[in-house]
Amino acid sequence: MLTSGIILLAGSLLSPEPGLIFWTTVTFFIVLLILKKIAWGPILTALEEREKGIQSAIDRAHQAKDESEAILRKNRELLSKADADADKIIREGKDYAEKLRADISAKAHEEANKMIAAAKDSIEQEKRRALDVLRNEVADLAVMGAEKIIKTALDADLQKKIVNSMIKDLSTKRN
Amino acid sequence: MKRLKVRQPKAMLKVIAILLPLLFNVSGLAAASTGQSSGISRESVTAPAVEGGQAAPAPLEEEKAGDVIMHHILNNNVYAFPPFGEVALPKIVVGGYDISVTKHVVMLWLVSATLLIVFSFVGGKYKKMTARQSPKGLANAMEALIEFVRLDVAKSNIGPGYEKHLPYLITVFMFILFCNLFGLIPYGSTATGNINVTLTLAVFTFFITQIAALKAHGVKGFLEHLTAGTHWALWIILVPIEIIGLFTKPFALTVRLFANMTAGHIIILSLIFISFILKSYVVAAAVSVPFAIFIYLLELFVAFLQAFIFTMLSALFIGLATAHAGHDEHEAEVAHH
Repeated sequence: MLTSGIILLAGSLLSPEPGLIFWTTVTFFIVLLILKKIAWGPILTALEEREKGIQSAIDRAHQAKDESEAILRKNRELLSKADADADKIIREGKDYAEKLRADISAKAHEEANKMIAAAKDSIEQEKRRALDVLRNEVADLAVMGAEKIIKTALDADLQKKIVNSMIKDLSTKRN
Repeated sequence: MKRLKVRQPKAMLKVIAILLPLLFNVSGLAAASTGQSSGISRESVTAPAVEGGQAAPAPLEEEKAGDVIMHHILNNNVYAFPPFGEVALPKIVVGGYDISVTKHVVMLWLVSATLLIVFSFVGGKYKKMTARQSPKGLANAMEALIEFVRLDVAKSNIGPGYEKHLPYLITVFMFILFCNLFGLIPYGSTATGNINVTLTLAVFTFFITQIAALKAHGVKGFLEHLTAGTHWALWIILVPIEIIGLFTKPFALTVRLFANMTAGHIIILSLIFISFILKSYVVAAAVSVPFAIFIYLLELFVAFLQAFIFTMLSALFIGLATAHAGHDEHEAEVAHH
């Protein structure tokens, strides 16, 4: 307590010293001028340059990132478009193939039916012709048999009657 | 962290260097303290005599302590190196004005010389450096401080146009910082613990602030600012208040730095003198030395803190003076800080 009282009472803590003020002013001013020239100038320029360099590097990096993102987006778009195109082409191909198959099979069916019908026609014609030939043959045979009977034969009228009845018989049988 | 670990033993060494000569001077007191303890045991018999005997030297001792403390703190025409002797400093009187070189002037010059050496070295490094290189060692350490003043002090408080004030702010920061730190070296004294030094520095800030305000607002704007933008009838009250307000800022700067630096040194010295006043080695070992070391380390921190606060407030005042915003906003900002 006493010590602090003495310090306060001494009063010289707050005493003005013009000499010290003068020297402080001069010293500080000179130091300020010299340091401004030799130190702060180069240091601050270097700091600002570095700051600008870092900023531009960051800007460049951002720009590059944006660009690469744009490219990526474009690539994705192209890829999806290509996928869609491929799908479309495959689908179209399938449809076409299906149609083609259906056409071909329908045509083949028709052709076969036509062929079957033609075959049936020709079979019918052949059968008819064969019957005609057979009929002629039978008639010839009957004439030859009759000739033989007549040559060896009996009464011409009676023979005639028999032949007529036989022809009648044949014609009724055929029909 | 590594740097801190190195500094602590160094700080202890410095405190011991301060303590040692004092301990030697008072070696005779050991006998007195043993006499005191025996005196207490025989209290009942010779109480009045012993009390009388001890009361007499006690105030004398305390007075001596106060004198020693003041001697350490105040400016002096003699630079003393206690056990080795002293150097008388030249006395110069020019035109009736005493401008003699005193202890604090010597400290100012030492600080200036150190600043010039350190920063001519650092500045040379930066001149040689290209933008792609990074600084190393001392240049890097100083860059951290300069970058701190540049961005956190100047740029954030002054805003646009802060580059103009940077040289002053960095110089004042380094100047105060080195003055504070030099005061912590044994045989050094704190020039910033002298109110004349802090006053001069604050006046520098004051002039720079006013010039910046005049440049930013012009003479008309400057005078308008003094009226605080109120009705003319209130001017008779407000103009004096505003003018006082102009001067309280540098006054606060002056007293803050001076009182902080002086107080720290008084506390360290007082803690050491406790052991001499109580005449006890136990008190010295248990109280004085550990607490003095603690305060010493605190002072290391305060050295940086006060340099920062002075620079910070200077930047803030310049920023307030040049700001184009309204007066109310100024007040709010001041209150906020």
